[in-house]
Amino acid sequence: MCLTHNFWSFFVSGLSNGFIYALIALGYTLVYGVLQLINFAHSEVFMIGGFGGLFVLNKAISGTPHGVASVGYVILGLLAGGIVGGAGAFLLERVAYRPLRRRHAPKLAYLISAIGASFFLFTFAGKEFGRDSVDIKAPFTNGNVFTLFGAKVQTYYVVDAIVAIIMLIFLDRVVAKTRLGQGIRAVAQDADTASLLGVNIDRVISNTFIIGGVLGGAAGFLFGLQSGVIFSMGTVPGIKAFTAAVLGGIGNIRGAVLGGLILGVVESLSVACINNAWTDVIAFGILVLVLLVRPTGLLGERLGRSA
Amino acid sequence: MTTATNDRPASAWERLTGNRDVQRFALCIATGVVVALMTGKSGNTHEPTAGITGTFKSANGYIWVAIFLVIWALLTAREHYSSSYGAVQRRVSRTREQLLGDRRARYGLYGLMLLVAILLPYFVSNFWQEVLVGSIAPYVLLAVGLNVVVGFAGLLDLGYIAFYAVGAYTAAYFTGSLPAQPPFHVNPFWAYPLAIAFAMLSGVILGMPTLRLRGDYLAIVTLGFGLIIEIVANNLTSVTGGAQGVVNAVPPFSVHAGVHYTWPLELLPGNHVPWYYLILAIIVIVLILFHLLENSRVGRTWMALREDEVAAEAVGINPLKYKVMAFAIGASTSGVAGVFFASKTGTFTPGDFAFQASILVLVIVIFGGMGSLAGAVVGAIVLQYLPQALRGHIQQTDLYMYYGALLIVMMIFRPQGLVPSRRRAREIRLAERGIGTADSLAAPDQAP
Repeated sequence: MCLTHNFWSFFVSGLSNGFIYALIALGYTLVYGVLQLINFAHSEVFMIGGFGGLFVLNKAISGTPHGVASVGYVILGLLAGGIVGGAGAFLLERVAYRPLRRRHAPKLAYLISAIGASFFLFTFAGKEFGRDSVDIKAPFTNGNVFTLFGAKVQTYYVVDAIVAIIMLIFLDRVVAKTRLGQGIRAVAQDADTASLLGVNIDRVISNTFIIGGVLGGAAGFLFGLQSGVIFSMGTVPGIKAFTAAVLGGIGNIRGAVLGGLILGVVESLSVACINNAWTDVIAFGILVLVLLVRPTGLLGERLGRSA
Repeated sequence: MTTATNDRPASAWERLTGNRDVQRFALCIATGVVVALMTGKSGNTHEPTAGITGTFKSANGYIWVAIFLVIWALLTAREHYSSSYGAVQRRVSRTREQLLGDRRARYGLYGLMLLVAILLPYFVSNFWQEVLVGSIAPYVLLAVGLNVVVGFAGLLDLGYIAFYAVGAYTAAYFTGSLPAQPPFHVNPFWAYPLAIAFAMLSGVILGMPTLRLRGDYLAIVTLGFGLIIEIVANNLTSVTGGAQGVVNAVPPFSVHAGVHYTWPLELLPGNHVPWYYLILAIIVIVLILFHLLENSRVGRTWMALREDEVAAEAVGINPLKYKVMAFAIGASTSGVAGVFFASKTGTFTPGDFAFQASILVLVIVIFGGMGSLAGAVVGAIVLQYLPQALRGHIQQTDLYMYYGALLIVMMIFRPQGLVPSRRRAREIRLAERGIGTADSLAAPDQAP
């Protein structure tokens, strides 16, 4: 059978992809929590984060860095991706969402405006930055760090996992402990009541977009490290991350992480069994299945009640 | 929206950024810069900043900023002389009401438009005939079909072009043009009803499970479906012919329903005029059917579901049934357009059914006016005419940048579209005041 051979190596690479999906999925789930809307343009936030990391690192790196320098460059790339992603998400909310919210536009209008923003952003990026895939200069030499049940664990995987875990813990603490986190949970639970109690809804929504954008942008950088950066890189990971968010229960932060990891692993294991070209079909199949069987997802509670 | 009370006195920066005139000025400058970049030079992977520096080295960049400064001046002026502006606006809308409100005037206008459409191919060059038949007409049909889904039923379908593909591939399959041979070959004429049936079937199959869900889930599932169809068409080489596409997709037909009937001019791919009349006839029939549908029991049911699904359900309407119906009708229209496209161009590739095409149809419907049949037609004509007319001035690869920007601008400034349906415009207005929903996206939350 296709799974007996190399099971663990597919598992490990799937897990590493899963961490990236989880980071993107958080952006969908956070925005869904406060606005009850799918932010279709989130995939482009991921894309511009990749470009942010690309530009900064390709300017900064010369030669092949080692040791501490490698760590420094990875952090630099993450910062660049995160800041660009956060700024992009902030502008996105200002341009494509806030004017509609001011007028209490029907929900269809938000989706359409987000689709418009998505198309605008990625075609615009294609126009300005060229339409070929560009590699980010490697901040570290990829090798095998250790083996897990005979599967070689590459440096990329370790970097993905460490970065994602740190960011996830950080996010969890922010949402659970800080004033901002309280605001996000309050708006997710009941926006009108929160506003009556003095929560500045506009600011909370803005900050939610920024947090989602930072996570998405950093994920864009991590993704770009392995696969290169191209203007159209957002669409497919975007759909997959959304699938992950739905799988874990949209609006639920820990659900998004769980969903991302499960999706990454399932997808990677399915590569072992079927042709590479069909992997995108798997994620979509899972999405439809989850929506049919359990639309509330695995952990199925909304942000406000769970976190 | 309430803002938290803030006892701290506003700083100079906050007073500056809080000033409406300053905000508008900044917005106009920013828009000018973005438009300048959009129309300016392109960058490339080696010099990513070439587009930005190139734009502002030429006069073009500054012209756009200047144009938006003029717009700023006009907007500010309008604020001070708003009374006279309002009067002009009222007069325009009154004239339009008089013209469109009177049924005879409206049907007269439609008749005139039909006459123009019939005579049109004799007044345009061969190039424009091809544009009419190959680009404008199929998208008119697609837009009219999607209008049923988005406009009438208020469902967002982002994979609409998939049904177009189903139509095209069904026709190619049953006429024996695909690598996979059908159990029986049919006359190309019968490819039309078969394609309609298959497109409708795929609409029902996709719709049955997904239409129970909230509207935004539907959007993403249809988006996924669109991508899947493209992947299947590209990779299932033994059945679809793969990325190379299909050659001699559907042979031209000259025999109809067993009765020998030849077109006045032969229906060959290079000869545009007969194809033009074929699609014109299909469009007119579809428009009449949908017009009747809109005002029928079904049309009113869609309206009820759109405005308040819970109330509609309470009076005994089965939402799923009517949503699937809208979905299937939309899909079959797309299927017809697909067969027409396959038989007219003769050759098609999976790239013709890319995700972008779905978005283009959506842009047309939104631009024309959700729920307005005239709007869908006008939108398709304008948005398919402009890229051809501006050929040479705008790179074809940049088109979706303009379409995307157009969607945002329409949603912010004119959500009801260019030729709004009066009922839809009213719903959007009411929804903005918190009455009703204007779409079926605000269905009761599925989460506990």
